[in-house]
Amino acid sequence: MTTQILMPALSPTMTEGKLSRWLKGVGDEVKSGDVLAEIETDKATMEVEAVDEGRLAQILVPEGTDGVAVNTPIAVLSGNGESVSAERGAAPSAPPPPPARPASARAPAPLAAPPPVPAAAAPAAPLAEKEWGEVKHITVREALREAMVAEMRADERVFLIGEEVAQYQGAYKISQGMLDEFGPRRVIDTPITEHGFTGLAVGAALNGLRPIVEYMTFNFAMQAMDQIINSAAKTLYMSGGQMGCPIVFRGPNGAAARVAAQHSQCYASWYAHVPGLKVVAPWSAADAKGLLRAAIRDPNPVIFLENEILYGHSFDCPVAEDFVLPLGRARIERAGDRVTIVAFSIMVSVALAAAEALAAEGIQAEVINLRTLRPLDIGTVVESVRRTNRLVTVEEGWPYAGIGAEVAMQVIEHAFDWLDAPPVRVHGVDVPLPYAANLEKLALPQPEWVVEAVRKIA
Amino acid sequence: MAQATEGKRRPKGRELAMSREELTKAYRDMLLIRRFEEKAGQLYGMGLIGGFCHLYIGQEAVVVGMLRAIGEGDQVITSYRDHGHMLACGMDPGGVMAELTGRRDGYSHGKGGSMHMFSKARNFFGGHGIVGAPASLGTGIAFSNWYRGNDRICLTFFGEGAANQGQVFESFNMAALLKLPVVYVIENNKYSMGTSVDRATTVKDLSRHAAAWGIPGAQANGMDVVAVKEAAETAVAHCRSGKGPYLLEVKTYRYRGHSMSDPARYRTREEVQQMRSERDCIEGARTKLLALGVEEAALKAIDDEVKKIIQEAADFAQASPEPDASELFTDVLLEAEAA
Repeated sequence: MTTQILMPALSPTMTEGKLSRWLKGVGDEVKSGDVLAEIETDKATMEVEAVDEGRLAQILVPEGTDGVAVNTPIAVLSGNGESVSAERGAAPSAPPPPPARPASARAPAPLAAPPPVPAAAAPAAPLAEKEWGEVKHITVREALREAMVAEMRADERVFLIGEEVAQYQGAYKISQGMLDEFGPRRVIDTPITEHGFTGLAVGAALNGLRPIVEYMTFNFAMQAMDQIINSAAKTLYMSGGQMGCPIVFRGPNGAAARVAAQHSQCYASWYAHVPGLKVVAPWSAADAKGLLRAAIRDPNPVIFLENEILYGHSFDCPVAEDFVLPLGRARIERAGDRVTIVAFSIMVSVALAAAEALAAEGIQAEVINLRTLRPLDIGTVVESVRRTNRLVTVEEGWPYAGIGAEVAMQVIEHAFDWLDAPPVRVHGVDVPLPYAANLEKLALPQPEWVVEAVRKIA
Repeated sequence: MAQATEGKRRPKGRELAMSREELTKAYRDMLLIRRFEEKAGQLYGMGLIGGFCHLYIGQEAVVVGMLRAIGEGDQVITSYRDHGHMLACGMDPGGVMAELTGRRDGYSHGKGGSMHMFSKARNFFGGHGIVGAPASLGTGIAFSNWYRGNDRICLTFFGEGAANQGQVFESFNMAALLKLPVVYVIENNKYSMGTSVDRATTVKDLSRHAAAWGIPGAQANGMDVVAVKEAAETAVAHCRSGKGPYLLEVKTYRYRGHSMSDPARYRTREEVQQMRSERDCIEGARTKLLALGVEEAALKAIDDEVKKIIQEAADFAQASPEPDASELFTDVLLEAEAA
């Protein structure tokens, strides 16, 4: 029995190489692991080790040969116990052609056209929101706590982990009283160790628990970015659907007040960029409660971007036991016909204040609260723009590759012919956030900026 | 910290940590990994496997010895030199090889590749491409055992290169705080890519890496499957009894480059040859088995059986079709249950 030794690929990009030196000669015995030859690739000189055992019967490509294509036969090995001379006699005068490369090897057959994106090309019409009946006035802080408590009562797999969530009762008092009700097994204080406790929580989620990870602020989650993106968001895909990661990462995002650059940043567009994540940004108490309950129940990793300033703001919130809001649906907070203002999180307050001012001038603005940033409810936005023919986006974050840019682009894709003016973005100024009170105010979107933007196009 | 195994002589008359039957099984498992990896290297050379491919050749005794100390329901996680761990967990060689060739019948339907493979059924949690990440994830899997109050443990493997990552120390700290049932296994193969362990840390005894948190540590000879299993039993018993984490440094050696495209200029050919000819774990097990009275013919039968399994796996991996184009969009998100 003879075995052909083929020119091997020795790097992910190698297609040919130089056979620089043979270290075994014809007639030499070859054991598995022996170095047969040296090959120069585009990157380095590499040794070729034998896989099969036997005697080197024939060298088909002499040393010093340049440009030997991968998979060309370079030598013939005879099986154990067979004589080399017999092999020589039987050897063909010309090397046999290299085996046909399977179509699937290395370079896949090009697709005739890119496969269709499964998401519907035409945005779906917005659905009416369910009526939840009786409401009560509560703070966003209370709403978040009620959501976590309700879900932890309903599902033993849900637990809360983070810095100061238990004994300290929460750095922002979101988890106040939860240690008393659920005990230290389900409300877990961690050391200051974001990368580690995020990885721990992701591991627990991969094994079927449903962690809620609280970051004291999302600024600190940057230390854990690898686990959020590479482990939480991608494992379902990389495992061919075997291993999901049901987990919520939540905490305050964006600017607070006078805490300067390292503690004031909006991460919305960072996370919204990543397939495998859902990204939610609540504004009101009802948003906070309904969306957080849905996020905890969702079988996927959900980034839940809260806002510190909103924690103490009060809103009407349904009291129904089963109150929950679907992820991926925006809400029209104020109806209008002259311009569509799209905002999320605390910028909904700014947009509503602007709409109030515009109404005094006789301009009726429609204000859309996105609620979820990924998946984006572009259907509701497009439906609105088809009525108002104008779009203004408002976000606290930076403009470059931001949420406003994405919303505007999708509106252009889906409703270009309905636009009477170019979309306008209102956004945080493109600088690290300064400390000085006057400079900070100059850097963050104010209602007047939105009014000004609307005046430009309406 | 106690030096559990290496350098310590076994008291005379004590039983081997493995019976003849068990050592025979371990020999077969190690040989399966070796032949699998040799075949993977060959298929890579033929252009059938792409990207990064990190072979486990030389290190087989580590995972085989460790896994002989755990039981049903215990979990395993590792980084990217992972083919051996998958086979030792009982995953199908054909399914693993078909993932390497990027085909439909691979464990991840061709969407993971060499570094990203999982088996929920076999409690194998990957297969992770980021150095250090499995340490935190494994700590979390152990946390889920702690949370559920069962007596399962998680074997968390990583290399000596990962042992310097910040999140590994963060994980040690939390595992010690909560007394989590996790055995950390540092597979010290001496080189993190091209950087020898001496150039990466001043601490020569890596089993002391967790001493600051009061985690017991020990070293084991990773070129001897019996020694690995013996050290593993001590570690697993510690964990299983609720005493918290344990750190085992298993000293081993990889014969091949870091990945397929590594010219390995950071070590001499003589060093590699010496390890292969004097310390090889499979040869060592073979010698022991012959001394225990196992017939050559019986070992030859194992060799033949393994060769056949690997050939079938390679054939399967080449015959399996590429994933359908529609597979591109599946498994990004799970459908939420209706509220």
